[in-house]
Amino acid sequence: MAHWIEACAVDDVDEEDVIRFDHAGRTFAIYRAPDGRFYATDGLCTHEKVHLADGLVMDHVIECPKHNGRFDYRTGAAKGAPVCVNLATYPVKVEAGTVFIGLD
Amino acid sequence: MSSSEKPRRDYSLVGESTRRAVETGLASAEWYHTEVPRKVMKDLMQRRDGPAIRDTLLWLALLVGSAAGAIWFWGTWWCVPFFFVYGVIYGSSSDSRWHECGHGTAFRTRWMNDVVYQIASFMLMRNPVQWRWSHARHHTDTIIVGRDAEIAVMRPPDLLKAALMFTGLLDFRYALPGLFRQAFAGLNAEEESYIPEMERHRAVVAARWHVAIYLATVAVALYTWSFLPLMLVGLPRLYGSWHMVLTGLLQHIALADDVVDHRLNTRTVLMNPVSRWIYWNMNYHVEHHMFPMVPYHALPRLHALIRHDLPAPNPSMWHAYREAWPVLLRQLRYEDFYLRRDLPPTARPYREEFHTLATPTAAE
Repeated sequence: MAHWIEACAVDDVDEEDVIRFDHAGRTFAIYRAPDGRFYATDGLCTHEKVHLADGLVMDHVIECPKHNGRFDYRTGAAKGAPVCVNLATYPVKVEAGTVFIGLD
Repeated sequence: MSSSEKPRRDYSLVGESTRRAVETGLASAEWYHTEVPRKVMKDLMQRRDGPAIRDTLLWLALLVGSAAGAIWFWGTWWCVPFFFVYGVIYGSSSDSRWHECGHGTAFRTRWMNDVVYQIASFMLMRNPVQWRWSHARHHTDTIIVGRDAEIAVMRPPDLLKAALMFTGLLDFRYALPGLFRQAFAGLNAEEESYIPEMERHRAVVAARWHVAIYLATVAVALYTWSFLPLMLVGLPRLYGSWHMVLTGLLQHIALADDVVDHRLNTRTVLMNPVSRWIYWNMNYHVEHHMFPMVPYHALPRLHALIRHDLPAPNPSMWHAYREAWPVLLRQLRYEDFYLRRDLPPTARPYREEFHTLATPTAAE
């Protein structure tokens, strides 16, 4: 069962953008899609451990700032070289203007 | 540590320098970058199709137009200027197209990047799968000895080899047999050191496609008993690559190696507009390495934004070569020697924690 952790306020993330969230020695990326929905993934690229929060969000894709590896942040799916390993994703809920991510 | 105590550089990707780079944390290190507010960087990173579509249409028009002129005037001296243009478009400007589309930053639309990337890779005799990975490594470990597969001039510099690069001969000699070897015998150990296993088969298939096209071109040349097909496919890599070398050599030569600050090992050079178009603004090379997500058309804006934190750019290619030449000569005897440029007073200091351990000698 997911343990809900407060990650940020809704207004902390622009639409079609991403921010970094660190918790308990781990790092996550919190996304706000163009349709306003929120998503969460591991914060580091699976290719070279670079923070994805410095990358570019285009529609539902996050592109790593170092080598331009691309993931669908809704599913974590790697979308081709140089990334081959999918990102872990986490459930997200929004309550009273606050974004929570669900961790095991 | 004196220069004589430093172990010799081993440029193999599976040798002693590789082991040392991994052991010391120099490989896959965290690099310095200038602070840029997120909103500004987000704006700079935005992808657009417009500039690259315009440039690609012009690129293709020049390619087809110069080829048509070369064919029309084939057998007369009038074909020479057409081959001059065709060669530069085919053998030089393809490098910047390969590069930007490989990063996926030239176009917003992904398939457009992929199509131009494949065409440009073929023109350059580069395996599109292999080189995507080698370039990723170049960005992870820029000019880290034993890790970076794209170090153009190693130390001590082989100046004859560097001069021969302008003819395209060395690259051609490496690239074409390399494609044949990959097509028929597979990848070697160095290539496998940076290409993941799941991608290796694709690399072999890509090499086979390239080889098949070259064999078909040779067949057409033999059938028509004419050199013309080879002048149009393959050989431009020889006679047209001089501009790629002219601009590309300046990216890193005579600067530091084994550092984690692109301001120490990479050079920005101001250039004439024609060369910048051929090169797709990669003259702003420090900026590109610090922020590879910024498309070529936004690099002048990025340069203006962060120049306060970078060494002054060279005002011309001539200036840059004049600056590098004496350093290269000195490296013939003292391979640890390198050019260390002053930072402006507004800049943050160099990050050189690895480098101060390894390399004591610098030119100011």
